[in-house]
Amino acid sequence: MLDKIGIAKRIAREVRDGMYINLGIGIPTLVANYIPSSINVVLQSENGLLGIGPFPTEAEVDPDLINAGKQTITMMPGSALFSSAESFAMIRSGKVDLTILGAMEVSEQGDIANWKVPGKMVKGMGGAMDLVASAKHIIVAMQHCSKDGASKLLPSCTLPITGLRCVKRIVSDMAVVDILPGGGFKLLERAPGVTVDDIKKATAGKLIVEGEIPEMTL
Amino acid sequence: MINKVVADADEAVRDIPDQAVLMLGGFGLCGIPENAIAALLRKGVKGLTCISNNAGVDDFGIGLMLKTRQVKKMISSYVGENAEFERQLLSGELEVELIPQGTLAERVRAGGAGIPAFFTPAGVGTEVAAGKETRDFDGKTYLMERWLRADFSLVKAWKGDTAGNLIYRGTARNFNPMMAAAGKVTIAEVEELVPVGQLDPNDIHTPGIYVHRIFQGRGYEKRIEQRTTRKS
Repeated sequence: MLDKIGIAKRIAREVRDGMYINLGIGIPTLVANYIPSSINVVLQSENGLLGIGPFPTEAEVDPDLINAGKQTITMMPGSALFSSAESFAMIRSGKVDLTILGAMEVSEQGDIANWKVPGKMVKGMGGAMDLVASAKHIIVAMQHCSKDGASKLLPSCTLPITGLRCVKRIVSDMAVVDILPGGGFKLLERAPGVTVDDIKKATAGKLIVEGEIPEMTL
Repeated sequence: MINKVVADADEAVRDIPDQAVLMLGGFGLCGIPENAIAALLRKGVKGLTCISNNAGVDDFGIGLMLKTRQVKKMISSYVGENAEFERQLLSGELEVELIPQGTLAERVRAGGAGIPAFFTPAGVGTEVAAGKETRDFDGKTYLMERWLRADFSLVKAWKGDTAGNLIYRGTARNFNPMMAAAGKVTIAEVEELVPVGQLDPNDIHTPGIYVHRIFQGRGYEKRIEQRTTRKS
């Protein structure tokens, strides 16, 4: 099983040179720490920045520079600033190559639910619905099962939907799976110490297993 | 040049009535019109509809106006950091409309650009789509969204001149430029107000045509929500 850092490290291996990437809050934000320095990417912050840099030192803290999680940040050389309308224009028009975000549930059709739990205070969807509706490639970072053991990879989502048929790949604490265009979770890799049987038991939706499934390398 | 300068925040918000529809710039607490909010608190105007990406925190930003029950309705994309907000929402004292962030930004932009509606893919197949027209373009389904406009827009910029031209700084720009354009009356507060001619026209983000009143704000706190630093 992978911990959060393991999931972030595995997702970092999906990153290619030259990509523009939007990272969601939580595990996706950690991915930035594990992108090899030989790969040049530009991180987009939907509140109006291309080129997110490292967190600032105490002396560098600037209240006019935050990321979408409202954390203080710095800018990389070559950064650009813009309005929220322009930010979502570049998202909607498919200029952002990769979106990495968390999810509460994903269906075997690639539907994602990640913004609202009935009975809990609804905080809002923020930019998630815009991102999932338009991104060219979406990777979801998530736990395979809830704390009480219920699968989060389902035939169809039970929670309110954030977007339909949009998720292409999931990296969970147990596995890497692709969502096939015709539906179904195609198992690609196992987490260290996890068997195909474990993954079958933990996946409520249709799991497709073909041939030997390699253990993932981080 | 037309002079848009007013003495202070109190003069700028003098005629905002009860039940007004306001837009307030900012993302989280970054780039919010601190001085105008303080003046609205002093004025005690009630029944406000506030269009703003977020709702502040308990003791800063729009959160201050929630505490004094001046807000009837919030139109936002994310309202997570506010306990008083949650209490009023659960008790039914406060009405909330949640909108995907990009749709909110574009609805405000459309309002300032004279475009009554547009189609976006965000929210298709979700509860956001309830009751809205959908249409297919080139094989993909889109949702029709309407423009948003306000009686008064309250924006915050870094620098401005007496003609109302504005320059923003860092990620404090966010919703401010679109909101400046979408207000029937737009009130801009700036950290530094300069005479016309001192700002390079090449650098202007919001042309003065959108701004009706401008004043130099005082005592900016610029509070940070998530102060995150590295060691060296």
